[in-house]
Parts: sequence; C-alpha cells; structure tokens
Amino acid sequence: MRREAPQTLGDYAPLAFPAIMLIVFFVVPFGTMISVSFFKRQQGGFYTPDFVFDNYIRFLSAFFGGVLSFSLLLAIAVAATCVVLALPFTYLLIRMKRRTQVAWLVALLSILSLSEVIIGFAWSTLFSRTAGITNLFVWLGLMQQAVALTPSIGAVVTGMVYQAFPYTVLVLYPALVRLDPTLSEAARTLGASPVKAFFTVVVPALRDTILATLIMVFIFALGSYLLPQLLGRPQHWTLSVHITDQAIYQSNMPFAAAMAVFLVLVTLALVALTLLVGRQGGASK
Amino acid sequence: MTILRNVLFGIVGLFLALPLIIVAGVSVNARQSLTFPPQGFSLGWYGQIFLNMEWRNALIASLVLALSSAALAVLIALPLAWFLWRRYAPWANIFQLLGVAPFTLPPVITALGLLTFWATTGFYGQPWTAVIGHAIFFVTLPLVTISLGFSAIDRSLVEAASTLGGDDRTVFRTVVLPMISPYIVSGYAFAFVLSLNEYIVAYMTVGFTLETLPIKIFNSLRYGYTPTMAAVTILFVATAAIVFSLVARFGDLPKLLGAMTSNEP
Repeated sequence: MRREAPQTLGDYAPLAFPAIMLIVFFVVPFGTMISVSFFKRQQGGFYTPDFVFDNYIRFLSAFFGGVLSFSLLLAIAVAATCVVLALPFTYLLIRMKRRTQVAWLVALLSILSLSEVIIGFAWSTLFSRTAGITNLFVWLGLMQQAVALTPSIGAVVTGMVYQAFPYTVLVLYPALVRLDPTLSEAARTLGASPVKAFFTVVVPALRDTILATLIMVFIFALGSYLLPQLLGRPQHWTLSVHITDQAIYQSNMPFAAAMAVFLVLVTLALVALTLLVGRQGGASK
Repeated sequence: MTILRNVLFGIVGLFLALPLIIVAGVSVNARQSLTFPPQGFSLGWYGQIFLNMEWRNALIASLVLALSSAALAVLIALPLAWFLWRRYAPWANIFQLLGVAPFTLPPVITALGLLTFWATTGFYGQPWTAVIGHAIFFVTLPLVTISLGFSAIDRSLVEAASTLGGDDRTVFRTVVLPMISPYIVSGYAFAFVLSLNEYIVAYMTVGFTLETLPIKIFNSLRYGYTPTMAAVTILFVATAAIVFSLVARFGDLPKLLGAMTSNEP
C-alpha cells in the first residue's frame, strides 16, 4: 500500500486529536510563556499584560551573566566527561553477547529513568559523613575519619555525570551499531593493536557523531535543576534552578519566562548546530 | 583488549551501582538514622510506603498519574504515527516535530510553559492538568516506538488485505494493529516509568495540591532524613528494571534503542 495524499476531510480525521492536543497543550503554553516574558510584574506575585523588555534587561545583568556562563561551563564539563567515558564503553558493549548487552541496556535505562530527586538523594547519601563512602576508606585504613564530600562542585559534577552517562550511551548506541565493523577489522589485519585501531580508525570515522553527541548531552545536562541544589552550594545553581526559583519561590513569572526564553534560544541554536553537523557528515559519506 | 574491557566495565558498573548499594543498605537499617553499614536488619521502611498515609497517598498519586498520562500519550501518538505512515502529507511532519520537541528541550521550559498556561486559564493546581502535562512531555516515547513499528511493516501485506476488500478500519484492526502492538506496549512502558519518576513538570504545575513520590521525597529531604526515602528509591529502581526487562523479554530492546534516538535531532 502506497502512502496516499489525503482526499477528503475524513482522511484528516485521525490527525485531529493529536494535532489539537499538541497545539493546545504545547504550542499555546509555549506562546503564553513567551508573552509573559514581556509582561510587567506587579507587587505580590501578579503580573499585567504589557510589552516591556525589563525582564530581559535584568537577565543580561552581570549576576545572571555569571549564572549563564557557569551553567554552560558545567554542562560542557559533564558532556565531555560522559562522551570520553561512554565512547569506548559503547564501542565495547555492542561487541558483547546479546544477553549481556541487553542486561546492560536494562540497567542503563533504569538509571536514566530515575528522577533527579532520587539520584540526588542517593549521591548525597554516598557523600555523607555518617553513611558515606569515606567510612569505607576509614575502614580500609586510608583515612583517619569520615568526612562529608558534599556540598561541593565535585559532587555536582559527579551526580550530573551519573545522570547523563546512560543517556550518552543510548545516544551513541545506534550510531556505533551502524558503524561498519570491517573498518576496525581492516586496521587489525594491517597490524594495528585494538587500542590503536580504536583511536586511529574508529574515533576519526565517528567525528561527526561524537560532536553531535557532545551537543545533545550538553543540552541534557543544561536541563539539570535539582542536582545543583541537592549536591552543591547556592553559587553552583544553574539557569534551570534560577528559573524554577523565580517562578515558584520569588513569584516573578515574567522574569522566569524571560530566562526560559533565553534558554530555549541557546538550546535551539545548539540543535541547529547538531543538524548541521549531521548534514555535513551525511554529505561527505 | 579483554583486560581493558573488564577494567572499564568494572569501573562503570561500580560507579552506576555504588550509590544504589549504599541506599539499599540504608533502606534496611533497623534504626532511623543515616548509617552505613546498616545496624540491624528491618524491612519496616518498605512497609512504611504502604502503611504511612502520606507515603501511601503519594504512591497512589504517582501510579494514577503515570498510568493515565502514559495512556493519553499513546492516544496522541498512535493516530499521529498511523496518519504519517498511511498518508502522504509532508506538512503533517510538523506534528511529529512538535511531539519530539518537549523531550528535546530542557524540561524546565515545558514545565514553565504549562505553568504560565494553567495560571492564565485558571486551572492551575487541578490534578488532571498533571496528566496532560506528563502526556505532552512524554508523548515522544510512544511516538518514536510506534513510528518504528509502522516502518517495520511490509506494505505489500497491507496492500493484499486492502485488495481483498478491507477498508482502512478493517485493515488496521486485523493486520496493522497486531503487528504494531508490541511497539505500543513498549512505548506505554517507557512513558509509564519516566512519568513515575518525573519531578519538575509535576512540581511546577500541581506540586502544592498533588504530592507524587518524587515530590514527596524532595519535600521530606528539606526536613531531614527518613529511611522511607531509601526504600522508595530502591522500589523505583526495581520497578524500572522489571518493566524494561519485560520489554526486553517480549520485544527487541536493541532495535527499539537503535531507533529511539535516531529520530531526535
């Protein structure tokens, strides 16, 4: 059966419900958010329709500039760590027996689906003084006494890498599955060691994939909002945390919306960059 | 290479398991204090999830929300995926893009969009708004799995059915539906598990009127520690692992994951 162009109005009927739902509950809320970002804030948590740029001007102040650059640097650090770990991991994973592979995939999916609250709670327990990993070091004789490792920037990065690692593997998985296995075999036949074959043949062949993955994990890490609160200090708050804080606790919806619009713009620019990288990769093959 | 592989997999496995091992240890601690190794053994904190009214209400709220929002997500995704497979209408791809967008953007954006929307329309805080919020946020998952199911169908089979006189409705019910039902089930399962764990959309839209388990854990964290949190954490990991194992048992997990991300930008 070939795909046919819709002829009658009835042919469009199946599209009606999905279209209405997506427009009313995604497009309209998105538009509402954008318009609220130009509204004027009233005392007491209310806002009135207006067209002012105050919220954007406030956002571009030095303080939030610092927040923005901290968020971006944090996401870059997390994305780079994840890709460096996940690339050899995924490459080796797809060469494993199917059963082992499926078991790892189930484990990765389970951790990926965990709420940030739960990941934050698990790591704050692991980093705590009373029940944490330092007790193990004391027991092994490596440390004098147990210490708390949180709040700290190291704890935030560790928690975020934990959250993003399964995502990174699952993004790399399809690309690596489709990679021509004869590539590294040829390198092996010509006498390269497996490690050398990985770095000289596989990694360069995947250059565009790696770049696209870095950007996707970066966007994913940019969305982290609870881990910086649970594992870090107030100066480790990211843009997502400040958006939630302004919307819920400071009752300043117009300002929260302006920050969210800015975050959307950054994200869309990165998505466009990913698509561009993907297109170039496709054209050169 | 084997040694290298085992070292890498050992480190990654330990990294992924360690926080959960500690939390599992804490969850069976007999005393109500945060200590590891656990002192004594008790399953009482697991019992608390069902016996303590606050935790039980949160559990029920989470389950109802996840079951209904995943169903709504499938109801949105199925006709859309069917239309895109059956009809040639390039402009309709915009709806596929809209279905994938909430999952691609940082979650705080979808959450804030819905918050401003419900506040403007006056429905802010109604429990059902969370069902719609989660359905829209997770519609990507059934949309991607069901689209994958459709792309795997041999069109000549469907052609044969319609040549034999079946109209769209009959062909869908007798030929298409049985072939894509495993993909519908796995799409539902993915949306269900992620909705169970979702925090920010639920928190920003109904957080003060409806307390789901992740919200309950976060609220409890502010006032200190209770071992019930640890028990809930282990319950959630176990639920996710069981659901994904079932998907792997009855479906082709590597294939599902091979497509899960390829549709995203």
